[in-house]
Parts: sequence; C-alpha cells; structure tokens
Amino acid sequence: MIRFFLSRLLTFVPTFIGVTVISFAFIRVLPGDPIIVMAGERGMTQERYDALVKQYGFDQPMLAQFWDYLTGVLQGDLGQSFVTKRPVWDEFFALFPATLELSICAIIFAILIGLPAGVIAAVNRGKFFDRLLMSTALVGYSMPIFWWALLLIIVFSGNLGWTPVSGRIDLIYFFDSTTGFMLIDSLLSGQKGAFGSAVRHLILPTIVLGTIPLAVIARQTRSAMLEVLSEDYIRTARAKGLTPFRVNALHALRNALIPVVTVIGLSVGTLLAGAILTETIFSWPGIGKWMVDSIFRRDYPVVQGGLLLIAVMVMAVNLTVDLLYGLINPKIRSR
Amino acid sequence: MKLKYVLAGAGLVSALALSSAMAQTLVYCSEGSPEGFDPALYTSGTTFDASSHPVYNQLFEFVTGTTETQPGLALSYDASEDGLVYVFHLRPGVKFHANDLFTPTRDFNAEDVVHTFMRQIETEGSWEYFQGMGMPDLIESIEAVDDLTVKFTLTRPEAPFIANLAMDFASIQSKEYFDAMAAAGTPEMINQAPIGTGPFSFVAYQKDAVIRYEKNADYWAEGLPKVDNLVFAITPDASVRYQKLQAGECHIMPYPNPADVQAMKDDSGINVLEQEGLNVGYLAYNTQQAPFDNPKVRKALNMAIDKQAIIDVVFQGSGQIAKNPIPPTMWSYNNDVVDDAYDPEAAKAMLEAEGVSIPSMKIWAMPVQRPYNPNARRMAELMQSDLAKLGIDVEIVTYDWGEYLERSKAVDRDGAVLLGWTGDNGDPDNFLAVLLGCDGVGGSNRAQWCHQPFEDLIQKAKTSTDQAERTRLYQEAQAVFKEQAPWDTIAHSVVFMPVRPEVEGYKVHPLGGHIFTEVGLAE
Repeated sequence: MIRFFLSRLLTFVPTFIGVTVISFAFIRVLPGDPIIVMAGERGMTQERYDALVKQYGFDQPMLAQFWDYLTGVLQGDLGQSFVTKRPVWDEFFALFPATLELSICAIIFAILIGLPAGVIAAVNRGKFFDRLLMSTALVGYSMPIFWWALLLIIVFSGNLGWTPVSGRIDLIYFFDSTTGFMLIDSLLSGQKGAFGSAVRHLILPTIVLGTIPLAVIARQTRSAMLEVLSEDYIRTARAKGLTPFRVNALHALRNALIPVVTVIGLSVGTLLAGAILTETIFSWPGIGKWMVDSIFRRDYPVVQGGLLLIAVMVMAVNLTVDLLYGLINPKIRSR
Repeated sequence: MKLKYVLAGAGLVSALALSSAMAQTLVYCSEGSPEGFDPALYTSGTTFDASSHPVYNQLFEFVTGTTETQPGLALSYDASEDGLVYVFHLRPGVKFHANDLFTPTRDFNAEDVVHTFMRQIETEGSWEYFQGMGMPDLIESIEAVDDLTVKFTLTRPEAPFIANLAMDFASIQSKEYFDAMAAAGTPEMINQAPIGTGPFSFVAYQKDAVIRYEKNADYWAEGLPKVDNLVFAITPDASVRYQKLQAGECHIMPYPNPADVQAMKDDSGINVLEQEGLNVGYLAYNTQQAPFDNPKVRKALNMAIDKQAIIDVVFQGSGQIAKNPIPPTMWSYNNDVVDDAYDPEAAKAMLEAEGVSIPSMKIWAMPVQRPYNPNARRMAELMQSDLAKLGIDVEIVTYDWGEYLERSKAVDRDGAVLLGWTGDNGDPDNFLAVLLGCDGVGGSNRAQWCHQPFEDLIQKAKTSTDQAERTRLYQEAQAVFKEQAPWDTIAHSVVFMPVRPEVEGYKVHPLGGHIFTEVGLAE
C-alpha cells in the first residue's frame, strides 16, 4: 500500500510543474494590461505608467519574472495581491475553509441522495420509479445554477421564510474565526443558536451546489449497478436465496462503486467551478468569487497563486480517490 | 477585541429585532468587497463606502446630497490673492479612534495633515487617484505652521482645489498610528485596521462577508452618527440584495436591477429614493479624421440617433437624455442649451448639403457595464440601426477593457467610441477639462477635440476664484460644445436607492458614495 501511495505521489511532480507553468502563463495570455485596468477611465501619464511597470516588475523579461515566481513558490511565497496588498497565501486560507465547508456538505448531500436513487433506479429498471428518478436527474444536471439558486431563494427564503437569503450566519452572531469552518466555529463560540443559524445558512447553497454532482452520481450508480446486476455471481447470490437487500447492497453495490468513486473524485473539480456561481449568489465568502474578481482585475499574483493552490487541492483529492480504489478493490493496488 | 465583539453583537441582536431603544444597528447590503481600508490607495466607490466615508474625515467635506463643500477637519481657510497660498485653520479637540494595536496619545493636529499628503507625494505606492488628479504637480509645499494651522503652497492657481481636498484620497490619516505601525514592522495594518476621526470606528472585516463598525462616541459633530452600529453585509448579486431587503435582513441596498425598480416602487415595504447620477455617457467622434472633422457632419449623426429609444431599451428607465457634457446636478449646468432633436430626414438632408457620403463607420462598444452605460453592445446596435437609415453601414468593434481604454486614446483611431465619466469632486472642470480639454488629446479626450474658443473658456474658469464668473464661463463653454458637437451626449444614469421604511435621513449622494453619518432608524 505504501509503494502504491508513493508511486501515485510521484505523479504529482510533473503535474505540479505543469500547473505552475500554466498558472503563470494563463493570466498573461489574457489580453489587457493590469496597470491600465487599474487606472480605469481616468488613465495615467506615461511616466506614471512606466514607474508602475517597474514597481511591479513587468519590465523584466518573461523568463526572469517566471524564475522569480518559481523561486517564490518553492519557498512557499506566492506573492502579494496587487489590489489588497495582502499575501495571497493569507487570503486563500482565509477564504478556502468557506468553499471547503460548502463543497463537503454539497458532496455529502449528493452522495446521500444520489447513491440510493441510482440503486433504486437500477433495481427498478424500466419501471415508473426508474424513469422518474432519471428524468429528475437529467433536469438537475441541465439546470442553470444561477436560475436554480434564485428560484430556491425566492420560494424558500422570500415566500416561505424558512431559510435565510444569503451569508454564512446571522449578523447577530459575532465571534473570532478559529478554524474558518462556520459549523465548527459556531459550536466553539458557545453562543446560543449560532450553530443552528450556520446550518440554516448552509441548506440552500448545499442543495444548489450539490444538484449537478447528485444527478451525475445517480446516473453513474444506475449504469454501474445495471452492469453488475447482470453478472453471474449476482445470479448465483440470488439463487442461493439471499434477500434482495443483501444482493443489491452488499454484492452489487460494492462492485459498482469503483466508477462511482471516480465520478465523485471528478466532481470536486465541478464543485469548485460551480462554487463560483453559488458563492456569488449566496454571498458566500469563498475562493470561487475571489478568483473571478481577481481575473477581472488582472491581479496576477492572486490568479496564479490561487490556481496553483486549487490545482494542488484537486490533485490531493484525486490521490485520495486513487487510494480509495486500492481499499475498495485490492487488485488495483498490485497493478 | 472579544469584549468589543460581544458588545457589538449585543447591539445587533437588539437592533435587528427593531424593538430596542438601547442600540440601533443599520445594515447596508453592499454590492462588493472593499479592496482595503486606506482610501488613498484605491479608486473604487465600493472601497470608499467602506473606508473614507465611515472611518475618515477630510479637511473639507461634501454636503451629503450635494456637490457643495463644507468644513470638515478644517474650520476655515484664507487664500492669497494670487490663489497660490491656502492657510487652513484646523478643528481643535478632534479624537482619533483606538484599536487593539493603537491608542492615540494626542488629538488630531497639523502634523497629520502634512503626513496625509506628503506620503502620497514622497513615497512610492499606488496613489492613483492623487496622481490622476494631478496633485503632485499642483502642490509645491505643505507646512505645519502650528498645531492647528497648515499652509499649502500651490504651483498654479487652481479653483477646484478645495473640492479636491474633499475627495477620498485626502482622508486624514493619523501620523501617530503610521509611526507606531512602522515601528512594529506592520505598516500594512493601516490598510487592514484603519484609524481615522470619522463617525464610525472600524471593528472587524470578514473578507467578502461582513464589515462591522461602531459609533465613534467622541465624534466632533454633535448628535452624529445617529445609529450605534453599522454593518455592511456584502451581497454581490442584485436580486439577492432585493430579497434580503424584503426579508428585513438589511435596511438599505444600492444598485438594484433596473427591471426590479417598478416592483420595488409598488412594494409598500420599500421606499425607492432616486436622483440623477453625477455622470455622462457619450459617443465620441474622432474629430481629427474626415469626415468627422466637420461639426455639421457630427451634428447630422447626432440627429440620426434616437436617444429616447436608448433610454427605454438600454437603461430601462434608469437614465435620462443628456444634452450637456456635465450632469444636471452639477453647478453651472446650462439648461438653456437645446439638444439636437431626433430627425433622421433632416440629418440626411444635412449630410447631402455638406456633400458628404459616409458608406461605413465603426462604433466602439465597451466590454464592461457602467452606470452611464449599462449595455454598450445593445446601445451600439441601436445606433447601428439608426445610422443605417442614413445609408451608413456601422461595424461594431470591441476589445478587452484594458485594450479598449488604451486603443481608444489613439489620435488616429478609426471610429467613434462609446465611453463615459463619473465625477470625482463635483467641479465642472473635472468633466470639461479632463474630457474635452486640449491637454487630453491622445488621452482622456477621446474625441481628440481641441477647440480654442472652448479651451480659453475652461482655462479661464479654472484659475478664477469667483464662483459667479466660473459659472458663466462654464455655461458658455457648454453652448460652444453643443454647437461643435464633438460627442453625441447620450445619457446620465438615474440612481435608485431602495431603503426600508424605518430608515430616516438617507440622502442619495450625487458623487455616488453611500454615507450613513446622518441616517437613523425609526423606533
């Protein structure tokens, strides 16, 4: 298992180098000079422009700029935001827990509903339940996040008043952030009602962000289950007189899980992409909105540093998924 | 800090319940996050709303709701006859805020004023607004005469100088705080934990989520601010801000969707305040290129463009037709100027009379939304169809915003450019000289228009200290502008400000800021 882990870890190295180069090049390929964008309609004199170009190091050759960036990254220094003048590292870790908390809740929501829905659909293949679940999943998959979020806000927050409109916690609760995870911080704060408020604020964003992964997981589980259910050993299990629950849950589902776990791992990328819209609508202070704002402002250090950190997170999740394969199916470890 | 949090939290509980007379909290659903809290480093209104307006004061300040100035941290000034020397008499007994890092040992004095401006002149930094307003070239020296007297010497007479001192970059910083943070090796704290003399002191900022302030109990203006706590709930989406306002999760929201304004007006739980914005959206011809170097051709094109249709379609009612290059809320606005009426037939005849045929032209459409132009592409399409009636085939071009700004400055630019301007200091010079003066050709003067009679008028007005004389000169300049038509003046936006009925004393500020010093909440 350790060898398997190390071999997977080694694949990190070229990916990391690639991501470093791409994150550096990406923002520079976009048209638009960051200094001109900074000045806006007001513009600036040529002398001022030249002074700022020098101040930010844009007068250096591209390779020299890259070298500076690379040596910084290797020393754990991702630079300072042009806009806020704060270290990229600090900004990322101030915001990332919010995105992570929302993403974890969304993926748990998607698994808890998507997996049983897929199994039920497969077991009832071609029947009413199967059709209903799969067409609902298709609708969920095709739903524009923006529209879906606003619809939920209008119905559940506006008309029914069951959930708050946006934010992470009611404004009446005010405490120091210890972990950055509002559910944990609200518990640690000891303030009465804070945890409940944090949970209520999570409901709608979780549903919105989890809808697409839910639909994908449900469809993937269904097709994987259908494949496994036609295997000989399932027929044998049934012939042995095992209960349908044991056949489906223990024999079929376990073997159908590998492609499902792959899909869950891949969903992490989708979650981060989806988080951009979800965070904007629900005023959720996470990294999605931070990255988009930074791209528009041509805030080079934030975009390149943020991309790099996000890529590392996605790689870490994929590594975990690889390790999970090993646990689910020992044959993979020896390959 | 913890105790402060508990107190502020307790204030919020009671205020949001809207039932307690003990502490009142005003919640403002702001549209975005501030870039920082040192206003001199930035140029965006969102940042000023969160920094210069609640936390700081300037020597002179704009009277909320107008473009006129009133004494702030300066009580009065004496100007020399040649307009080169200004001596300011400062307000005594003004206290700076305190925080966990810093407790002031003295009141505000002349040292703070000198520090505020000299750091922007002498040290390297992104002092873009200060630079952009030409302040380093204007100020020759600043001297603390005594604790409560400061002398500014200028390199040239400049009538808008006092208005410039009311701008956000001129927010007065504490020299003592600066020195303390420099000594502690944490100068960045000035931008992260601001200390000012303003109506509210900064309590905490959770990035992209909430900013909290509390009342400055030592504030120098008696009876202000009216609420005990101020909270900015950062809510980037306009539809969500609307929902929060309806649900009572905030009291005031800026920038509603134009499509929602009517529903808000119909809602008895929301009052919609409105005022023309201090801005102008325009189409600038390149007046150095034929046939657009002919004022009659430019006028003909202006007459062919249906501005009312633009207001209806692009602004959806949140705009009004512009006839002058300055907005109607600005002093010296010339209401006698008559706009070129929409008349495609007359326009056609005018072009024929000039013997000019324009088979094709380009119109540049901005890639970004601005209050003065919420949808430039749509606006360009409407113009395209209007000009097609004159037989002109219009090609719409656009670039990335940075490229657009840069390329549109070129003197040999091909095509007319859609752009606009939002005022900085409420002075007509800030529109007329910046956008239409000869110095701006190849830069901010996108029409590349240098017309000597106009230039003489605005230069004379710039150096005069007689307000009545300045008004007359600017009014005359507007008449010259209309006759020469370097732009088609399109629209001024109308700013809508939805507030809950319990909000008292809120005024829409023509300079675009959101100011809560005089705002109270009904019991």
